[in-house]
Amino acid sequence: MKPWKPDIDRKMVFKSVREYPPMAVSLYTMMFNKTGTWRTVRPVINYEKCVYCLMCWKFCPEPAIYLEPIEVKGKERMKPIIDYDYCKGCMICAEECPVKAIEGVEEER
Amino acid sequence: MRLPLPEREVMTPGHLACQGCGAALTMRLALKALGPRTVLSIPACCWSVIDGPFPHSTVNVPLFHTAFETAASTASGIRAAFEILGKEDVNVVAWAGDGGTYDIGIQALSGAAERNDNIIYICYDNEAYMNTGIQRSAATPLGAWTTTTPVKHPKSEPKKDMVSILAAHRIPYIATATIAYPEDLVRKLERAKETKGTKFILILSPCPPGWKTRPEDTVKLSRLAVQSRVFPLLEIENGEKWILNMNIKKPVPVVEYLKLQGRFRHLKEEDIQRIQEYVDKEWERILKRCGLA
Repeated sequence: MKPWKPDIDRKMVFKSVREYPPMAVSLYTMMFNKTGTWRTVRPVINYEKCVYCLMCWKFCPEPAIYLEPIEVKGKERMKPIIDYDYCKGCMICAEECPVKAIEGVEEER
Repeated sequence: MRLPLPEREVMTPGHLACQGCGAALTMRLALKALGPRTVLSIPACCWSVIDGPFPHSTVNVPLFHTAFETAASTASGIRAAFEILGKEDVNVVAWAGDGGTYDIGIQALSGAAERNDNIIYICYDNEAYMNTGIQRSAATPLGAWTTTTPVKHPKSEPKKDMVSILAAHRIPYIATATIAYPEDLVRKLERAKETKGTKFILILSPCPPGWKTRPEDTVKLSRLAVQSRVFPLLEIENGEKWILNMNIKKPVPVVEYLKLQGRFRHLKEEDIQRIQEYVDKEWERILKRCGLA
């Protein structure tokens, strides 16, 4: 259940006014804008502590957390995975995690 | 596995909202409930920036940027066009901030509510004009700092009671929701989808730069707003039947909610006492309306 990926996630550039579409419709998504560069703190999920309650997925404003079906102790579960291309590092997920399985790691640049 | 919220993701990442933006989360949850067959009419507000520059858009639904005061009337027009085309299954949504609802857009909203046009009006309330740089609006609460109500003269008037104004229009469905209770928010929007006529949903969405809070506290703040009785979760049917979704028996003191926010840092003990008294009085009034007093 990764967020919907468009065919082209590049930036659309027009060379002249004539290339503009005749209507004010949006052609592409904002996926070219990799907002992960805004981040100062990186949230890292500790999957040993994770109870798969999906609180982090529910409250992600981006959405930069996608789900992958896995099997845990014979039961069907959804594993939250953080997409670091788009995560802005707001740390809502770490704050809301009921078992504190998400830790903030300082970004090094 | 059954998920707590609808699985579909209509919004894409890469948008231009600040870190921990409440409005971005509001849109994500709302579009999860409304689905891809939706048309948005957005006046000047934070969302006209968050969406991104032409020809890019972060929502995978048609989005119409309109003038500040015309969110509801544009939505009415879009609905009329769909009626002529014979398309019934499209949700027409007016999506405005609190400035475009409480102050500038109220006449268009009142007109649409009076005609009972089949639209959903969603107001995401961040309690000031955040997009233009934190100016006071009618939704700014008592005692709050903004750039136009500085620390020496904080806002002396309480928040406008928009829900009662809309209830007086006797529209079929009014609800208040917040991002800390996403299941409740999704349920209310799904109910609004099924109801005919004008629907009004007020969603409290905290704003970290405007409220001077930490970005990670966004969800916590909206939860505290409900738990401290500042923002009651309501549903109103036909302007008459008031339903209180969450009757807070043991409220958190309002100071817990205020002390997380930098815009209330200047308040003295007696000011906080005054705000607490005001919140208690409002809660009594709502209990009376809901027939629980």
